[in-house]
Order: sequence, then structure tokens, then C-alpha cells
Amino acid sequence: MIAFEEARAAYGLNGIDAALRAGKVTGIVGPNGAGKTSLLRAALGLLPLTGGAVLIQDRSASGWSRETLARTIAYLPQGGEAHWPLPARELVALGRLPHRDRDARAIDAALERADATAFATRSTHELSAGERARVLLARALATGAPALLADEPAAYLDPAHQLRLMQLLRDEAGRGAAVAVTLHDLALASRHCDEIVVLDGGRVAAHDLSDRTLSKVFGIEALRVEGAVVPWRVT
Amino acid sequence: MTRLLAVLALLTLGCAALSFFLGPAHLAVATLLQGLWDGDGLAGTVAREIRLPRTGLALVVGAALGASGAALQGLFRNPLASPDVTGVTSCAGLGAVLALYFGFAAKAPALLPAFAIAGALASAAVLFVLSRRGAGRVALVLAGVAISSLAVALTALALTFAANPYAMSEMVLWMMGSLKDRTVSDLVLATPLVAIGIALLISAARGLDALTLGEEAAASLGIGVGSVRMRVILGVALATGAATAAAGAVSFVGLVVPHLIRPFTDQRPSLLLLPSALGGALLVTASDVLVRSIDPGEQLRLGVVTAMLGAPFFFWLILKLGRET
Repeated sequence: MIAFEEARAAYGLNGIDAALRAGKVTGIVGPNGAGKTSLLRAALGLLPLTGGAVLIQDRSASGWSRETLARTIAYLPQGGEAHWPLPARELVALGRLPHRDRDARAIDAALERADATAFATRSTHELSAGERARVLLARALATGAPALLADEPAAYLDPAHQLRLMQLLRDEAGRGAAVAVTLHDLALASRHCDEIVVLDGGRVAAHDLSDRTLSKVFGIEALRVEGAVVPWRVT
Repeated sequence: MTRLLAVLALLTLGCAALSFFLGPAHLAVATLLQGLWDGDGLAGTVAREIRLPRTGLALVVGAALGASGAALQGLFRNPLASPDVTGVTSCAGLGAVLALYFGFAAKAPALLPAFAIAGALASAAVLFVLSRRGAGRVALVLAGVAISSLAVALTALALTFAANPYAMSEMVLWMMGSLKDRTVSDLVLATPLVAIGIALLISAARGLDALTLGEEAAASLGIGVGSVRMRVILGVALATGAATAAAGAVSFVGLVVPHLIRPFTDQRPSLLLLPSALGGALLVTASDVLVRSIDPGEQLRLGVVTAMLGAPFFFWLILKLGRET
């Protein structure tokens, strides 16, 4: 769905080769400054490349119009926030901006998939962190894009809400979407991601199936973690 | 939304009618309407030369300030932003004073709004750069204070060197904001500029909604954030510059009106623009009627009344935001 070929940028990317596949949750992990957010921004065309290429559905990202790209890739930025206290449903409706419509069915379906229907009429500023995270996810889902990039969506959430959010992302992959999620929590990545890309210094330090990647020594070194991480997966 | 617009339009129309029919000439409604229609006699002069430009400018100036405030708040995602708080009005005033001081306005009347728009544009450009560099809510207001102080100081300097005491007093009174003695040509000059300004702001409405989520998220939704910024800054400069050139500094309308209307618009910045224009027109027209009712001699200026209403609101807003953060 999205492929990075020797992608380079002035900040954050030093020749990255990686692929985000349809129907899979790809976890992107790495220390601070490794290039995780830059990778997502490059896919969205928000970070100009100085070399290499980003291919979206086998076409160069630079050839996509801004709106077509927005209809193809939904983005959940880090620390997503609503600056005005919109009712949750109105915030979710913003996900329809690339389509220039307010498709009520798509909005309601997104709220339902993100398990946010119950507080659709409440102000986003009155919601708990977990509820707000679900509304922001619903906003991204409302776009109906075949790819979803989420930048640290689990930050600031308690373990129960983290697990719930990751399950929602897995559900989207189950529907055929290419889901990429940056994470700091290796256990969360290991448990919920089909593949993990380990970044370090703007390069891919490891890229493999999650349980293998995290077992590899060089992956652990890139994360500056001493000792071993024992991956586990609940089936 | 339609109901809100209808209510505001009705109230504004009522207030405009009151403004048009109220005045020291004590002419009957039918006489004034006849005068407006045929332009004959005393009624014609009063209706066409005095009441029409005054009421028309109250509506146009108010609409400009209301819509500009709503757009600036949306662009900067800052409830404290408005043309006067951010120093745009003061800079427009400085531009206008310079046009008056150097005699450009006397040579070509269109140069007065042109200078005011240039002043507004300069301050808006500074704010634009600051917001690009991540200035927060408080930093933006502080920058507005600095811009405003500089503009006021330079205006005072221009006044100090005014050609004669009469010219100085004229400029000082003009700076206090008033619709007294405005002519049809003032209205004709301001209206298209304000209309273009508001049209630019409305063209950015979709982008302002997206900016609720921040610039990155807005860009990921297919919005050209740079284009939205440019349209809002140009629109605010045109509307506020033309309004200030016509009426002087009319404070706090752009701050107060969007806040009063926001709860009725689901907090969506795009839905706030037109109602804020109507609300601004209503507030300025009502304030002007108030000025003329309580002080027929008009020593009390319109800008003083709106400041007296708006300043306490600004303090309340700061306290409210302080409690929320």
C-alpha cells in the first residue's frame, strides 16, 4: 500500500526502505528522534523528500493531489487535540473534509467502529483522555481511507484504554486497511502489530515479523534497552 | 444555523431602521423614506447625506470587525484574538493617520483606506510570522500589545507634528472611533473593500474548521494551510483596514461578538463567520444608536462606548480561560 524506497529528508529520514501493507498493523518503534513521526509525515507529503521515493499504491506520492492523498491516507497526529470544544460528532465530521461532504452514514459508522457513539453529542473538552482518543480515531476513520497512520495514539492512555485502542486499530486492519502506528511500548507493539519496523537515526534498524524483530539483538540495541524483551501475543 | 442567521438579520434590520429614523431633525418616517427615494428638500438631504451613510457605515464597519474577529480566532485557534487585541486596528489607524498627516487623503480619498489596509497588513504579517514560529495564546496577545503600543506611539508622534491644532484635534477625535459626519463617499469607498475582505474570509471557512485539529492534521485532510492563512490575513487586513479608515478605532467588537455567538454554532469556526458579521453589524449599529440617544451632542464617541462594553468582557474572558487551563 505504502512503500518507502531509500527515502531521505532534511530532518529525520536517512534512506529508509520499508513497506506498510494492506490488512496489516505495522508498528514503528525506536528511540526519540529516530524518525518515526518523520516517516509518517513523509507518507502524507508533509515532509519534503531530499532523496528516494514514497510510493502509494505503486504511484509516487509526489504525483498525488492533496485531496486525493487525504482520501487515501487518514492521519492521527501525535497529541491530537481539538482547539475548540466541538461536540464529538462535529469533530468526527471533520474527517469528511477531503470528500467535501458530511456523509451522516460514514460519520455514524466511524463513531460506532471507534466505540464512541455513546458520547457523540458531548463536548470534546469534557471527555476523558480515553474517550477523546476514541473520538479522534473515529475522526480518522470517517475519512474512509484505505490507509491509517497513527502517531503515538496510545500515549497518555491507561493500560486498559491502550489495549482497547490497539484492538480498534487491529479491527481496521481486519477490514483491509494498511495501519501504521508509532509506539514506545514494546509489549503493546509486540502484542498487537503484525510487523514491526525499528528505526534508529533515520534508518531502519530492523524490519521483520514482530516476535522475531524484538528478539534480535540489534533491534534491542537500537532501542537502547538493556536485557531482553520477551514478546508475547494473545490469540 | 438558518434560525440564528434569521434572528440576527431581523435584529440588525430593526436596529438599522432605528438608526436611520433616529436623529435631531425629528422627521416623520414617511417623510424620510420619501426623501431617501427622491432626494428632494431637507428630508432628502437628511436621508441621503446624513442618515444613510451613518447607518450604512455602522453595518459595514460592524460586519467587518465581527467577521475579522471570528476568522482571526479560528486561524490562531485563540479565543483572545481579534483585530484590536492583536494590534491590527491600531496599525490600520496609524496608516490612516499617516495618510491624513501627509495629505495623501486630501489628494485622493481612496488613499486613506489604502494606507489603513497597508498598516493592517503589516501587523497581520508580523502575527502570521509569530504564529508560524509556534507562538502560543499568551505570546500572540503580548505581541499584539507590543504592536499596538508601537502603532499608538508612532500615531502620537505624527499628531505631535501635526500642521495645526485643528488638524491634531481632528485626528485625535477620529482615532476615538465615530460615525459622525461621514459621507456617502465614505460608505461607497468602504463597502466593496469590506465585502471583498469578508468574501476572502468565507472562502477560508473550510480550512478554519480543519485547523481546529491543528496545522498538521488540517494539511493531512487536504487543506492548503498556507492558502488559508493568506486568505484570512488579506481578508482581515482589507476588512479591518477599510472599516478603521471609515470609522476610526472601534474596539472590542471583533473580540466580543464571536464569543457571544459561538455557543449557537456548534463551536465550528466556519459557521461563526457570517453570524459574527451580522452580530458585529448589530452591535456597532446599536452602540451608535446608544451614543446618539444618551448624548445628542456626541461628545461621547462610538469607540469609547464599545471599549467600555468590551474591556470588562475581555477581563472576564481572561479569568475564564485561566480557570480552564
